[in-house]
Amino acid sequence: MIEVKDDWCKGCNICIDRCPVDALEESDNLNRRGVRPPKLKEENECNYCRLCELICPDLAITVIPEEDDKKPVKKTLLTPVGGKLK
Amino acid sequence: MVEIKTADELNKKFLREGMWPTIFCNGCGHGVVLEYTFWALEELGLDMDKVIFASGIGCSSRLPGYINADGLHTTHGRAIAFATGIKAANPDFHVIIFTGDGDCAGIGGNHFIHAARRNIDMTVIMINNFIYGMTGGQLAPTAPLGSIATTAPYGNIEHPFDISNLACALGANYVARWGVSHPYQPIKSIKEGLEKRGFSLLEFLAPCPTAYGRRNKLGDIKKHWAWYDDNTILIEDYEKIMKYGTEEEKAQVKDKIQLGVFQDIQKPGFFESYEKLVDRLREKETKAKEGKK
Amino acid sequence: MKYKYDPKRIREVLGKKVQFLLGDMACVYGGLLAGCSFFGGYPITPASEVAEGMARRLPRVGGTYIQMEDEIGSMAAVIGAAWGGAKSMTATSGPGFSLMMENYGFAAMTETPCVIVNVQRTGPSTGQPTLGAQGDMMQVRWGTHGDFEALALAPSTVQECMDFTIEAFNLSEKYRNPACVMTDGEVGHLRERIIIPDEKDLKIIDRVTATIDKEKYIPFTNSQTRKSKVPDFATFGTGYRTYVTGLTHNEKGFPATDKQPDHERLVKRITTKITDDADKLVMVEQLNLDDADVAFVTYGATARPAESAMEMGRKNGIKVGLLRLKIVWPFPDKLVTNLAKDVDKIIVPEMNLGQMVHPVREFAENHCEVISAPKIGGEMHLPMELYKYLEGK
Repeated sequence: MIEVKDDWCKGCNICIDRCPVDALEESDNLNRRGVRPPKLKEENECNYCRLCELICPDLAITVIPEEDDKKPVKKTLLTPVGGKLK
Repeated sequence: MVEIKTADELNKKFLREGMWPTIFCNGCGHGVVLEYTFWALEELGLDMDKVIFASGIGCSSRLPGYINADGLHTTHGRAIAFATGIKAANPDFHVIIFTGDGDCAGIGGNHFIHAARRNIDMTVIMINNFIYGMTGGQLAPTAPLGSIATTAPYGNIEHPFDISNLACALGANYVARWGVSHPYQPIKSIKEGLEKRGFSLLEFLAPCPTAYGRRNKLGDIKKHWAWYDDNTILIEDYEKIMKYGTEEEKAQVKDKIQLGVFQDIQKPGFFESYEKLVDRLREKETKAKEGKK
Repeated sequence: MKYKYDPKRIREVLGKKVQFLLGDMACVYGGLLAGCSFFGGYPITPASEVAEGMARRLPRVGGTYIQMEDEIGSMAAVIGAAWGGAKSMTATSGPGFSLMMENYGFAAMTETPCVIVNVQRTGPSTGQPTLGAQGDMMQVRWGTHGDFEALALAPSTVQECMDFTIEAFNLSEKYRNPACVMTDGEVGHLRERIIIPDEKDLKIIDRVTATIDKEKYIPFTNSQTRKSKVPDFATFGTGYRTYVTGLTHNEKGFPATDKQPDHERLVKRITTKITDDADKLVMVEQLNLDDADVAFVTYGATARPAESAMEMGRKNGIKVGLLRLKIVWPFPDKLVTNLAKDVDKIIVPEMNLGQMVHPVREFAENHCEVISAPKIGGEMHLPMELYKYLEGK
């Protein structure tokens, strides 16, 4: 599950763009700023990697893992492009 | 010792109530750096009453205002000099400076150079967005050749400043450069910088879609963020390719901006040496007194 | 290593009670006696001796000396140290003082107590580095942009260099405003006898630190514990988590840059906290003024030849007196007006082309004649030169 503080979202959509499993989309409701904050898709493969939470420039997203809902962990984009760290 | 598990809890602990959301534009990277700093502080478990933030003028320098801690928002470029005084008054403090490329590499260059040279115990987090964002997009000393800015309407003809390279040359104890789109390495790096005694510099390449991306035709926020992925390379990979790669591969990575930890050494910091000096004087004086008796 | 104020140790380091001492060094002594524990400086003639003296003695009393990269950095570090909880000072001369102006204003805006010793020389620009003058009397009052109040003292003797540095610390701590000791190359490089005051004879004022509940504390407003416009001081690391900015800020310290009432409230408070007390702050020496027809109004080094000229005048039957300003800013306006009502002529000798003559004129002109007696070029007035002004030549 992800929680979004709607009014903190400025609508950069970085979370949607960067999600490794493409689990996010714009929601239907407009917030105070007139942008559509993200939400999880109906059908999604979110594995709680927390990338969206960590890179949200406005600290608006919180990822809350659901214990009983274990999904296969897929490789994420957490390392910089070009290779791995030492 | 990580007690906090979610961003929500993190916000409650570190953000100053009522100050959020930020003044930053949509797609700006500054908020991300702030969040990485929070995670690093949380993982280190530092006493936030003893963590002091200082900053100069510019977008990055607004960050201390959002943090629930002591903060000194100073004059343009002088944050590092102010921080030197703060640290001198009480060496128990952890002093963190948020600064930008114009603030640190431009007007504050001299203070930066000398704090690094003296190896003053502080952590400088320089957020480099290649532009003077707050004043509306004037040319920064770090802007790549050919960049368009309001004060370089026909393209930048000045060679850009590589501030990490400079810090290495000055013998700073810890120097690293990161982007904002990959969280774990920067968080680890900020932790290392904070733990380091002596001067540490963390340079962040942060997108500025409003003032830099728009003028330089780097596309929308998504494309602008991707530009940083396409144009950066880890230092380890860069070195590998330069050593063993084909000519074609070398040509590909030649102009990319390197990321990673560039320097990690342990020279004695200023205040460490100063304490030794005070001890030496005291010993000498005690001996002289005993001699008189 | 944290500094602890130890008057006995300080006197041990300073040495004998009576000494033959350089003016600049007397400023060092004053700073140390007042409890200064941080000095950030940059060498400049004729103020370098202050930095040299501090570099030698501060480590021995447990304080910190750093030679900064320039005067801008010095002033910045001094303000940083004040917020870090130290009593801090720097020393400079004309060009360096010009460089400090931005952060001098920052200190006024953020209500930071700190002391600047300005061993004045002349200008414009590099001017005459090795010679004294009184080139910054107006810069100290108006040099930084915007509205603020200056606290400035002008010593005429080496003893006063020490006493006024202590006094500058006291004023600065009391009003939470930068305070300047406006000595000059002449007094700074003068050697005279000084007497170091005993601990019991020395009055040291320290900042009023914040003691109120952390939730209730408001950093930039009238004191919450006493009747004063000077806020209680919560330095860094005390848990109050103060945010300090040079931007126009509200009472809580947060930027309120686009709000006219906030700016007016703030700037009026930081200026009236000093102007309200201006009458209490008057510190002057009055000589032979009771029956005087002519008066010298002077300060700093120029008070010395003026006094000689006065004595010459008295010998020759001219009823001349002398008013020496010890605190120059805030300007003792009422006192000068009253003096102007009693005398026919005020002569203002200065080692510049006329700076303090302007406020004197402002408050005296309606009542008597005001004459400027300038001398520039790094030489002091000869008593004879000033005597000629008495004769009206």
